[in-house]
Amino acid sequence: MNELINGFPVLTVTGLTQGAIYALVALGYTLVYGVLRLINFAHSDVFMIGTFGAIWTWSAFGFDANSPRPSVGGALGLIALAIVVAAILCGIFAMLVEVTAYRPLRARNAPPLAFLITAIGASFVLSEGMAAFTNRRQFGVPAMLPTDPLFSIGSWQVTPLQLTTIAVAILMMVALDWFVQRTKFGRGIRAVAQDANTAALMGVNKNRVILLVFLIGGLMAGVAAVLSDMKAASTRFNVGFLIGLKAFAAAVLGGIGNLRGAALGGILLGLAENYGSAVFGTNFRDFIGFLVLILLLMFRPTGLLGESLGRARA
Amino acid sequence: MLLEVDNITLLYGRIQALHGITVHVNEGEIVALIGANGAGKTTTMRAVSGVRAIASGRIRFNGVDITRMRADLRVIQGICQSPEGRGVFPGMTVRENLEMGAYTRKDTGNIAKDMDHVLDLFPRLRERFKQAGGTLSGGEQQMLAVGRALMSRPKLLLLDEPSMGLAPMLIQQIFEIITEINQRDGTTILLVEQNAQQALSRAHRAYVLETGSIVKEGTGQELLHDPAVKDAYLGVA
Repeated sequence: MNELINGFPVLTVTGLTQGAIYALVALGYTLVYGVLRLINFAHSDVFMIGTFGAIWTWSAFGFDANSPRPSVGGALGLIALAIVVAAILCGIFAMLVEVTAYRPLRARNAPPLAFLITAIGASFVLSEGMAAFTNRRQFGVPAMLPTDPLFSIGSWQVTPLQLTTIAVAILMMVALDWFVQRTKFGRGIRAVAQDANTAALMGVNKNRVILLVFLIGGLMAGVAAVLSDMKAASTRFNVGFLIGLKAFAAAVLGGIGNLRGAALGGILLGLAENYGSAVFGTNFRDFIGFLVLILLLMFRPTGLLGESLGRARA
Repeated sequence: MLLEVDNITLLYGRIQALHGITVHVNEGEIVALIGANGAGKTTTMRAVSGVRAIASGRIRFNGVDITRMRADLRVIQGICQSPEGRGVFPGMTVRENLEMGAYTRKDTGNIAKDMDHVLDLFPRLRERFKQAGGTLSGGEQQMLAVGRALMSRPKLLLLDEPSMGLAPMLIQQIFEIITEINQRDGTTILLVEQNAQQALSRAHRAYVLETGSIVKEGTGQELLHDPAVKDAYLGVA
């Protein structure tokens, strides 16, 4: 308990940073669930591809795990570039998953169980494909941002990486919220989520909306992948599994199908893990996270903010 | 002829819901489909709007064969449906619901003007403009569904049970608005109704459906005074 009290500022900032990454990945699960009522298990492996996209980008500029740290300006430029590359790569792979694994099943009115199995199948195809391609090796992430605290207020310290992670995540979430709530395409997404048949009667092309949703989820996962790379300092073909599972849990915690719920769930899960591991020891980190999920669902089965895109607003 | 439905059949799994329906709608008309529950009225409507695929037959609209066209593309051709059960988007405001009606339109400059026109037709919607669709009463949702369909500036407006679940006074009001849409804006209307009395007195022509087939057709007035129709659908002993 002492550790929690003494370490509270550090645990909070670390928890928010980790939570921001969970939240970005959780958005992809919740968006797809919102329009398709489908858990896209391959999303975690789309994220994993993003972690490699960042490493390949940096290595193209001559940076590997042993390179010296670039200047701050150079680091920010390289991070921005890696984010663009990883986001595009993840967006493309997310759309590929939709077009090859799910769309053909919808065209044949497949039962829900078939979707579940192809989702798991697509997940393995991506992760095992990357395993074969990279010989199951672990790859180190080049050092980018300085590790000294950027500023401290009392015992609250924030490192450049933590600030970057939280700032980028907030920016992405605000942009997504604006897109879904304020633009015509966003209205199309909400229409399909709320009533797909009526949306078609209004002239909404359902398949195009679904593709768009996979693209957006992929973009978010790509951004998260770069941030996660820098935090974890290494990546591997199976890196998506645990983060994906936790992001999915975060989406359910907030109320799956609800965008703001996914953001909230991610942050809460990140904080709960960090506080929990201070009290019970780091071995209990994952135990605590999922225990919180189970306890919360016992009392609020629809999650914190309730189900479904936009429906929770009423 | 604006709409030509030629001998269509439709299956729900193994059950045949339509047994060769032939219907046409001329430009400027109000045409009603009446019949009992399960006669195939709504199913015919769904075949025209494209949410259900037909098993055989042809559908032509405005000279174009739309038999195999997806529902969302038929909206671009000029068909818009106010579905049975209203289909109001519950989490969207009245304004957003109306904007969904204009989803396919490219002439964005005229949309605000049309929205004003719809709000003049249904002043209640103006009062509820910023409220979520799911919080409206049944009658208000019905008005929203009809207004939303109008926002696409359809050549053919499909209305599925616009009077369902409404109080008698509202039924009267909604049929007056339907007539006004037809007469003032010249919008062609295909109407499915349980309320045969209202439908027949407003429609230029009508078809009577029974178990997936058309058993009678004629002008609204003819059918209104037809003894068999009176007996079966108008509740007159």
